[in-house]
Amino acid sequence: MTDQKTPAIASDREPILLTKKDFVSDVDPRWCPGCGDYSILAQAQKAMPEFGYARENIVFISGIGCSGRFPYYMNTFGFHSIHGRAPTLATGLKASRPELMVWVITGDGDALSIGGNHILHSMRKNVDIKVVMFNNRIYGLTKGQVSPTSDYGQKTKTTPGGSINYPIHPLVVALAAEASFVARSVDTFPDHLQETITRAGKHKGSTFVEVLQNCNIFNDGAHREFTDRDVRDDRMIFLRHGEPMIFGKDRDRGIRLNGVRPEVVRLGNGITEEDLLVHDETSEDPTIHFMLARIYWPEFPVPVGVIRNVTRTTHDALLQGQVDDAIRREGRGDLRAALGGGETWTVER
Amino acid sequence: MSTTEPTTESTTEHEIAIQELDRVTVRFAGDSGDGMQVTGSQFSQSTAVFGNDISTLPDYPAEIRAPAGSLPGVSGFQISFSSSPIYTPGDAPDVLVAMNPAALKRNVGDLVPGGAIIVNSDAFTPNNLAKAGYASNPLEDGSLKEYNVHEIPVTTLNARALEGLDMTAKQVDLTKNFFALGVMFWLFERSMEPTLAWLEEKYAKRPIFIEANKRALMAGYAFGETTEIFHTHYRVAPAKLRPGTYRNITGNEATALGFLTASQLAERNLFYSSYPITPASEILQQLSLYKNFGVKTFQAEDEIAAIGAAIGASYGGGLGLTGTSGPGMALKTEMVGLAVITELPLVIVDVQRAGPSTGMPTKTEQGDLFQALYGRNSDAPVPVVAPASPAECFDYAVEAWRLAIRHMTPVIYLSDSFLATGSEPWRIPELDELPDLKVANRTDPQGFYPYMRDPETLARPWAVPGTPGLEHRIGGLEKLDVLGSVSYDPDNHHRMSMLRAEKVARIANDIPPLEVFGPPEGDLLILGWGSTYGAIRSAVERLQGRGTSIAHAHLRYLNPFPANTGDVVRAYRKVLVPEVNMGQLLFVIRGTYLVDAVGFNLVRGKPFQISEIQMKAEQLLGDL
Ligand code: SF4
Repeated sequence: MTDQKTPAIASDREPILLTKKDFVSDVDPRWCPGCGDYSILAQAQKAMPEFGYARENIVFISGIGCSGRFPYYMNTFGFHSIHGRAPTLATGLKASRPELMVWVITGDGDALSIGGNHILHSMRKNVDIKVVMFNNRIYGLTKGQVSPTSDYGQKTKTTPGGSINYPIHPLVVALAAEASFVARSVDTFPDHLQETITRAGKHKGSTFVEVLQNCNIFNDGAHREFTDRDVRDDRMIFLRHGEPMIFGKDRDRGIRLNGVRPEVVRLGNGITEEDLLVHDETSEDPTIHFMLARIYWPEFPVPVGVIRNVTRTTHDALLQGQVDDAIRREGRGDLRAALGGGETWTVER
Repeated sequence: MSTTEPTTESTTEHEIAIQELDRVTVRFAGDSGDGMQVTGSQFSQSTAVFGNDISTLPDYPAEIRAPAGSLPGVSGFQISFSSSPIYTPGDAPDVLVAMNPAALKRNVGDLVPGGAIIVNSDAFTPNNLAKAGYASNPLEDGSLKEYNVHEIPVTTLNARALEGLDMTAKQVDLTKNFFALGVMFWLFERSMEPTLAWLEEKYAKRPIFIEANKRALMAGYAFGETTEIFHTHYRVAPAKLRPGTYRNITGNEATALGFLTASQLAERNLFYSSYPITPASEILQQLSLYKNFGVKTFQAEDEIAAIGAAIGASYGGGLGLTGTSGPGMALKTEMVGLAVITELPLVIVDVQRAGPSTGMPTKTEQGDLFQALYGRNSDAPVPVVAPASPAECFDYAVEAWRLAIRHMTPVIYLSDSFLATGSEPWRIPELDELPDLKVANRTDPQGFYPYMRDPETLARPWAVPGTPGLEHRIGGLEKLDVLGSVSYDPDNHHRMSMLRAEKVARIANDIPPLEVFGPPEGDLLILGWGSTYGAIRSAVERLQGRGTSIAHAHLRYLNPFPANTGDVVRAYRKVLVPEVNMGQLLFVIRGTYLVDAVGFNLVRGKPFQISEIQMKAEQLLGDL
């Protein structure tokens, strides 16, 4: 019964004109003062009116961690689930209610440690959910234990002698899992963050956004070395589709390929923009996208922006397509016929 | 074979005695490549269509690719059929069809004394005998003399019947099970029609296989008719079943149909999300065929994702369903708790199998009752239902959903391997006999709070995304009563714990009382649950015929128990609780009702035999 009684969806209603404050719920955020999560919340609330969805058709689903509280503060439908499993609920919801817009809010521990399997499979199935992962490289809610993105050698409450593990690169995982949209932004870059969230929301398919987020209590300054106002232009590269990969305060440096390796070069002395890589987020071949997901400060500037953005039919559309096809082919199911299927016989009175 | 009334009839060719039997149990056994499951189910189908009451039990080898001809590679299928109602696939077979020495060796010990054995004598080669561990050929060394052995060179005769067909020797050999089936059809006067129709459908695209199997089947039938190795054939008259239209059905098929039916009755889309696991996988396979009913199936990346996606679907207003076996239940535990605290409807199917950890995946057990009742952190009450026979799986699949959506709660549905793979006739219900499962979503924002409750059931409203004005947040953190915001208030947590318990307890008002078969009070009550039904009922029927004071009650609701359960168990001098586990229901009954019930527990991966329960009951009655 695809005609299940569900309320009107956005497209059935008058164009919806909402503003940021329509998305502010009546619950006051309870993150530590100065936490990067406040900025992410504000930018998300600002981005929401862009999508044309009524509030009731937007759902935020989270796991456990400081990021997990996010849905309480959004005046939409929300589900604060259990540790690492938000993508599973989101998948079931989206698969059965394709008309809804479904977001997953998660953190580095939630997405890449306990919930790693679900990130892999929701991304590869191209489920049309938008995953926003707050990466503060620490377990904040449980007060400061090592996370899968913590640095090698990082001292935390559970690694007093320094972490002996190498950090995972979240965007490399997302690409390996075949996410159709992969991007990175930073909590302290409001415009960039809002734009990135807006583009993520408009993408149809599995979407993975890493937001570099500061936990000022347990891992203060984790990204500061390259995100601070006075160094960011020299230590980060803002990717733009179709544009050469140039960075630097004076826009005097760029990234080119030397054989199969990326290298940073200074423009001039015979090196021109022509020699640089040109960003192509829509390339089916992910080789350069992997490279961008992997390079990092201090060897390279840290790329931010949309790394990959390819079009593929979504999981929910394919699933619904099979249902519609079956109905077209066989007609709407007849319960009496299904119950009486196979060989039958009759016992008379 | 019970109750013989020999008569003699003149048939066309030569004189053959016809023996009227009340009940016969046949076991087909062969190598796992010999097609014994198909043979058994075709025989069952014809027997059911003929009008006998039947009950079947397949016995799969644990290893998919055990070496051909070896003992672990033996596959079996048992069917019991009768002219009166029966409840089990029979204790000991009367007839054994053994396609090779390994099949004979594995099964002969189970046969009734004097039972009939039909063997494919071609398979008794020195090589096969050695693989089965026979030092000498049992067909020649006299070790089978207490049985009635019929040797048929099935391979040779079958190859001859298929001569001239454009098939490889190997393909020809694969049809020999149908030769054996033909012999059995003749022996028990079954019609070949259902099987012929099935062949036409199954091999519609490969006519040569229709022809080959048809020839094999008819050659076997003709062999029975024209040779003299059988001096008798057998007649089991149709049973007097309740009037109606019937089909033969396995527990897993009935389960899947029940869920499909629930979704149609509730007018909500079914979303079945599961991870492959024996013996539950067939439910996923079958439900994936109902797409034109709007059913969506999802094979998840793991057991946790499977239940998570189902919760997501229920949150969205659909019927979120997940199915697994014991090991998968263990993984789903935390998610069941989430469904408890978010008070969302959800059905979790556990088709139980034997043993802790991986255990014995293809064998049956009732070991997950504690897990279903208590296997969660903190107090997280969940209603539990359990069908008692393959056909009943349909009713309780519908019932599980009725409870889930009416009471806004996850419900655990406990089947087991014996029910899942066993079959029996099922009277197809008329649509107007089925319950109404329609409940409305909350749509009115006026006065809406996520944890407001129905005064009768204590169910909270189903407020699904997409409903204007109902935007709200739920989740795994404790909720403030009524308002549904996050709350750490100590008294509120106590109140919410009480409410969750009371909500489930009140389901006792919404389910039928526990029925008693036999005297309402007396010496002995046998109390069972799940798939032990057939063996208990048969044993009790036998003992009641002998003037004992014995009754049977069978629980289909394990949480909450029917309201009269305490009165029932206190009305007898002794209560016996047979279970295929170490005494789980026993523990709950003793703890709940303070009665000195005793257990009878055999955990062998096999269902109880009627005689075992009968002996135990006799022993208890004797001690009185
Ligand atoms: S612990 Fe860190 S991440 Fe969590 S709220 Fe506080 S500052 Fe933010």
